[in-house]
Amino acid sequence: MIKFFLMVNKQGQTRLSKYFEHVEIHKRTSLEADVIKSCLSRTKDECSFVEYKDFKLVYRQYAALFIVIGVDEAENELAVYELVHNFVEVLDKYFSRVIMFNLDKVHIILDEMILNGRIVETNKSRILAPLLVLDKMAES
Amino acid sequence: MPAVSKGDGMRGLAVFISDIRNCKSKEAEIKRINKELANIRSKFKGDKALDGYSKKKYVCKLLFIFLLGHDIDFGHMEAVNLLSSNRYTEKQIGYLFISVLVNSNSELIRLINNGIKNDLASRNPTFMNLALHCIANVGSREMAEAFTADIPKILVAGDTMDSVKQSAALCLLRLNRTSPDLVPMGEWTSRVVHLLNDQHLGVVTAATSLITTLAQKNPEEFKTSVSLAVSRLSRIVTSASTDLQDYTYYFVPAPWLSVKLLRLLQCYPPPEDGAVRGRLTECLETILNKAQEPPKSKKVQHSNAKNAVLFEAISLIIHHDSEPNLLVRACNQLGQFLQHRETNLRYLALESMCTLASSEFSHEAVKTHIETVINALKTERDVSVRQRAVDLLYAMCDRSNAQQIVAEMLNYLETADYSIREEIVLKVAILAEKYAVDYTWYVDTILNLIRIAGDYVSEEVWYRVIQIVINRDDVQGYSAKTVFEALQAPACHENLLKVGGYILGEFGNLIAGDPRSSPLIQFNLLHSKFHLCSVPTRALLLSTYIKFVNLFPEIKATIQDVLRSDSQLRNADVELQQRAVEYLRLSSIASTDILATVLEEMPPFPERESSILTKLKKKKGPGKVPDVEETKKERNSDMNGSTEPASVNSSAVTMSTPSTSTDLLGLGSAPVLNSVAPPSAGGSLLVDVFSDNSPAVASLAPSAEENFSSPRIGSTDVVSDDPAAAVHDADELVDKFVCKNNGVLFENQLMQIGLKSEFRQNLGRMYIFYGNKTSTQFQSFLTAVICQDALKTQLNIQTKQVDPAVDGGAQVQQILNIECVSDFVEAPILNIQFRYGGALQNMSVKLPVTLNKFFQPTEMTSQDFFQRWKQLAAPQQEVQKIFKAKHPMDTEVTKAKIIGFGVALLDMVDPNPSNFTGAGVIHTKNIQVGCLLRLEPNTQAQMYRLTLRTSRETVSQRLCELLSEQF
Repeated sequence: MIKFFLMVNKQGQTRLSKYFEHVEIHKRTSLEADVIKSCLSRTKDECSFVEYKDFKLVYRQYAALFIVIGVDEAENELAVYELVHNFVEVLDKYFSRVIMFNLDKVHIILDEMILNGRIVETNKSRILAPLLVLDKMAES
Repeated sequence: MPAVSKGDGMRGLAVFISDIRNCKSKEAEIKRINKELANIRSKFKGDKALDGYSKKKYVCKLLFIFLLGHDIDFGHMEAVNLLSSNRYTEKQIGYLFISVLVNSNSELIRLINNGIKNDLASRNPTFMNLALHCIANVGSREMAEAFTADIPKILVAGDTMDSVKQSAALCLLRLNRTSPDLVPMGEWTSRVVHLLNDQHLGVVTAATSLITTLAQKNPEEFKTSVSLAVSRLSRIVTSASTDLQDYTYYFVPAPWLSVKLLRLLQCYPPPEDGAVRGRLTECLETILNKAQEPPKSKKVQHSNAKNAVLFEAISLIIHHDSEPNLLVRACNQLGQFLQHRETNLRYLALESMCTLASSEFSHEAVKTHIETVINALKTERDVSVRQRAVDLLYAMCDRSNAQQIVAEMLNYLETADYSIREEIVLKVAILAEKYAVDYTWYVDTILNLIRIAGDYVSEEVWYRVIQIVINRDDVQGYSAKTVFEALQAPACHENLLKVGGYILGEFGNLIAGDPRSSPLIQFNLLHSKFHLCSVPTRALLLSTYIKFVNLFPEIKATIQDVLRSDSQLRNADVELQQRAVEYLRLSSIASTDILATVLEEMPPFPERESSILTKLKKKKGPGKVPDVEETKKERNSDMNGSTEPASVNSSAVTMSTPSTSTDLLGLGSAPVLNSVAPPSAGGSLLVDVFSDNSPAVASLAPSAEENFSSPRIGSTDVVSDDPAAAVHDADELVDKFVCKNNGVLFENQLMQIGLKSEFRQNLGRMYIFYGNKTSTQFQSFLTAVICQDALKTQLNIQTKQVDPAVDGGAQVQQILNIECVSDFVEAPILNIQFRYGGALQNMSVKLPVTLNKFFQPTEMTSQDFFQRWKQLAAPQQEVQKIFKAKHPMDTEVTKAKIIGFGVALLDMVDPNPSNFTGAGVIHTKNIQVGCLLRLEPNTQAQMYRLTLRTSRETVSQRLCELLSEQF
């Protein structure tokens, strides 16, 4: 299962985090710092899967942004790796500007894609459906 | 798509976010946030009621602050209020706040549940989804109690929207995770399974996750999912790349769903139905074929998605482990990946191949890639990839390539990353031991390990080399020579000194004939390094010196001088001082004979699992070390003295019970010499010869074993209540173990309990092995040893609780330390409780701890025997029983049983050669009871007469009962 989903910038600041198992807030901060450290220090030659404590990190870099997913051994690494890309493509499709202003919507997207630590939807238009409802309401 | 306006109309929020983004330092950010928090707090506390919009805005700000990593301790109530809003945007922010910030044991759950209840009943799919997401995210027990009845209904109802079904499936999964006991099974399972046939792939994706988890717990109930999953998979795999429209990802049809279906199939063995099985094989072949086809797109996303499915298919093939053809194809495919330019693929290929190596069908095929893997070890730039290469080499190792693999690992060790050195050391040590054809090679390898990576050689490793050298007399001379040579190096690792000191102390005499390694040279060599060592090593070396006193009387004076020096006798360290004082005294007052007996060569160690393997398993976590033992039984080595005759004279003398060092001082007097221990008498022999409070030597006994003198851990586990459950087949089981110490105590469909025990004098140690025969984890696994009534005071049993989770197929070990305080009749009861698939299992068995286990055999002459026999002539001292033979009356079997009973079998004592006589002493903490027995068979009548004489009536009674059941 997927344990957590992190978006981190190159300066090591967490931009979005979602945990699928409860983690205390103070532990989150140190976990995130740790996770970021182990991903940022890696070069392009190194593989995108990092063993970390009793789970694995799957990470992918987009310009200055890192997306890191923590998974247990029951997940397929490549499938999770591409899930990240699928997610980024969904963001691209929806947002025309900095997502920082719309973190709540990013959360809605994540909720549509991953629920309870499992992949639940991968079809882009269906992922965005509830957001479109939301936008329609806002317009009216 | 409309360009999203800044902050969705919440201008204040947008400004705040801009401010934060513009903060130049962490301090500035915190300052800005604190200002905002103060503002929001005053708004929430203010007299003016806030409208929905403002509430939403402030809750949203709080959420944002939280997401930046700051703790939020207010605003929860306002968020809960938003749930009852009719505006979607307000409701949504409320739910989001709750999902992210509310912890599952919050007091607010009841209020939140109310909001959820309303939304679930609203029949508005968007609202229902919000509510379901919230349950899936928070999933507390209270939520489970409130909604377990509703959610399955929503999931299988015909008129539920697809997206709601998806959320409901994952929601149910969450409740199953938090409160499995509350989620009802049964009526809706078959309808859930049929969701695999749903037209909508999103629903299938969600349902597959749910079914996979449920099937792991109740495989039987979800068995029908196999054929549905196969046909679904087949339809996806054979579809044209455009058929599945939006579920096609870079020309790969539904990759994530395919992966999930393949995962689901890994919960089951290969399908029994031939047609289903054929169809699945076809699917797997198609997936393997596609890997060879030219890619439909140059994009990396295409190949990644395709390979994700491929790796999962290979996992399934390995899991089934039944189609040699597929296994070999999988192996070839992985072999191609080993040389791929993508690091990710090389990593995954190494990882998968590691599991493939343990299959008998593909082990050989995996071995053909050895050069590539060794090359990976040398050239990969990523430590985690190199680590995988080490794992694979370890998994593919067998007798044919062990020398090469061990050599490569040693090579790599010289430059290996610090983070993985210890693990490599353990692996090399295990492989060298397991596949040693020639033990000189083993000894060389371990010494090399110490030379290259001495700091990473843990105690287990050097204990093990000593155990092995002691158990194998063919390697002792070589070892002594090799350590002697290794010690010539001007700087050597302390671990080498420990091994060297120990081995020379035992076997230095074997090389003393060579003038280059004469006794004095050996001693000077060790002593030249003495002062550079840590205290435990010095303590060990002092023991070596006293052993030298026995081995080489000619240097006794030199050694005594060293022991006598102030730096020893007045050493600040109490342990060293004590050893020096005692050893000096021992060497001065004990006669040569006594010295020779006390300082006898160590007897062989009892057979046991290598503690190194245990350590590696612990390091890697359960299930992660491919159990070479299991998968390659035919290659089992006989290293650990198992089949070897005892190589050392078995009459080594040990002190009575766990002795403290002070016992050594009283050595001049006799009692010490009386207790002759057989060589199998437990692992704490070393402890006894030296002192048991020295970490260096005492812990040579494997680390898992505790001394009796150690703090009594877990004594609370030994409860004295009445056993709750019925005791299984009570006495028969106990009878089975009267004359033997090892075997299977209990077995049913779920588990097997095996026993191994050893007893010495009034102490015993019992290893209980609990084997989980199912593929499902046992949870809340709890054992208790119960001594009822009088037994409470007669036996003292200490144990440590085992891990509460026992994985499917795994075996856990529990060690009982038993002390016999006085003679006893009843057997202790072992009670076991655990959860299996939600149901509580409870069973009790009698533990075969019987009085005769505390026998020490006593040899005596015919004259002695009858003299004592006559002394025990009082009526209450004798118990006699005449009984019918239950088994064929075979002399050899009878002899074996009497010896197994624990007494010495006295040949030629009884004037009638067909009679058996035996003698022994029952050791309890309070008293020792001498016992004589005589068994007279009457083959014509198929009867026996058994007579026992002891000084204590209860003992005679009990022993007679026990033994008479055996013939």
